[in-house]
Amino acid sequence: MKIHGKAVTFGNDVNTDVIIPGRYLTTLDAKELAKHAMEGIDPTFASKAREGVIIVAGGNFGCGSSREQAPIALKYAGVRGILANSFARIFYRNAINIGLPVLECPDLLGEVNLGDELSVDLATGKVVNLSENKSFQGLELPDLILEIIDDGGLIEHLKKRMRINERV
Amino acid sequence: MNISEKILAKASGKDEVCPGEIVEAKVDMAMINEITGPLTIEAFHKIGIKKVWNNRRIVMVLDHQVPADSVRSAELHKIMREFAKAQDIPNFYDVGSGGVCHQVMLEKGHVRPGELIVGADSHTCTYGALGAFGTGIGSTEMAAVFATGSIWLRVPETVRIDVGGSFQGFVTPKDLILNVVGQVKADGAIYKALEFAGPTIDEMSISGKMTLCNMTVEMGAKTGIVNPDEATLSYVKSLTDKPFKPFRSDSDSNYERNIEVTVDKLEPQVACPDTVDNVKPVSEVEGTPIDQAFIGSCTNGRLEDLRSAARIIKGRKVREGVRMLIAPASQEVYLESLQEGHLESFVKAGAYVCNPTCGVCFGGHMGLLALGETCISSSNRNFIGRMGSPEAKIYLASPATVAASAIKGEIADPRLLEA
Repeated sequence: MKIHGKAVTFGNDVNTDVIIPGRYLTTLDAKELAKHAMEGIDPTFASKAREGVIIVAGGNFGCGSSREQAPIALKYAGVRGILANSFARIFYRNAINIGLPVLECPDLLGEVNLGDELSVDLATGKVVNLSENKSFQGLELPDLILEIIDDGGLIEHLKKRMRINERV
Repeated sequence: MNISEKILAKASGKDEVCPGEIVEAKVDMAMINEITGPLTIEAFHKIGIKKVWNNRRIVMVLDHQVPADSVRSAELHKIMREFAKAQDIPNFYDVGSGGVCHQVMLEKGHVRPGELIVGADSHTCTYGALGAFGTGIGSTEMAAVFATGSIWLRVPETVRIDVGGSFQGFVTPKDLILNVVGQVKADGAIYKALEFAGPTIDEMSISGKMTLCNMTVEMGAKTGIVNPDEATLSYVKSLTDKPFKPFRSDSDSNYERNIEVTVDKLEPQVACPDTVDNVKPVSEVEGTPIDQAFIGSCTNGRLEDLRSAARIIKGRKVREGVRMLIAPASQEVYLESLQEGHLESFVKAGAYVCNPTCGVCFGGHMGLLALGETCISSSNRNFIGRMGSPEAKIYLASPATVAASAIKGEIADPRLLEA
């Protein structure tokens, strides 16, 4: 599975309250959540992300709350994947479970400028900065996680597994 | 093995587990609230299973926006009520019967030593105060737990925090944990378990241990945990008849590292805007003017916290120009504070006593901050926009420091106000 998109960069410790503030969590509508994605640190993000972007960030991305509305808001705003030095654990699992690709890529942040064209091969963890013609190696995802992302999230993955079990 | 490894070994049916290993673990209890729950319910329906794996192992709490402050919140509450009814879930805490979910989980005997508990809320790590392994998960993952009763988990490395010494008056477990967060930093314990031990912990109340474990997620930890002692076991037995098997760390347990902290000289601590690890002793920020002071939340909204605030507030007045909000963490805490007279002291001082809710801490409803305002809060996060306007500033401190600040109208050291 490969993803493409223009890079949007952020620093360390991007928390779930800036990704989607608590006051918007009364809606279950993903598109409504998407309008407020990253509002806390970049009010123009939702319009920037619309064309399809890849977030490149520092450490501890998604720290804070367990709100799954955070990766949902990003995904529906147009984020195709997130490459970070490290992720907060609940955000990491939530992103995978809703089918938003996340990849640990230590030290990538300094090598990417806003708007650079990126290509990511999730199966191998290889990241190419097409604008700079440079490539980088992210941490390879375990097979289970790749399968969940491939299936489009945990629910689809579970349904598929249950169908297989029925047949066996 | 240490306590976390023993609990995960038992939950996954193994004799032994080691850090880094991925296990498929059986869940003892699973909790949702009305912010994470409706997405769980939606995902559960999508899986296409009719009944949850065990209706008695699920706890549902309305706490973030109670009572409903908008039609949208009311709709979320309704989704929760209807699911509880359809699935015949007895442990459903509606408006008026519970309070902040983590407080309710402990108070009502749903947390027992040695158990694996997952909650769709990041502060589920609070349950380590009773020697349970509690960890936060998201909504979709919870739907899978509702369907199967199990979850895959990576066995975490454990960092042991040894605490010695005695607190000065008006210095509390909150000051200790803020100090630890300041040292370890926001990303210093990602994926790890933090185990608290040592003579200071042995002497600490369960309420204090809850405050410590609660804030371990602010360092990225998977859980915070304390080895349960006799007092903990009798406390739990007083709340539930359900049998449980407590674990304690072996003396030769493995730890990734040890951190030693002595509290004898610890000053009250304050986490400054805009990150929880930006921690300073109160002396460095004293005199910072405030607009609002808040006491409450799963971190510091318990009886012990309100007692400590009341000791400072009783007979005094909240400074003109400051709003002081107090939200007891549960109906039970509310009633006990009422009976002990603390609520009267707060009201007479000009503080506003709210109903039990997460609302203020989470910026969902009540007490939101306007542009340019400053709040000192006994809660757990001071992120940009957490409690309202992204242009507002949040300082985190103990209930005693918040109370002293409310009286002075600026950040103040509670030790200096006592006289």
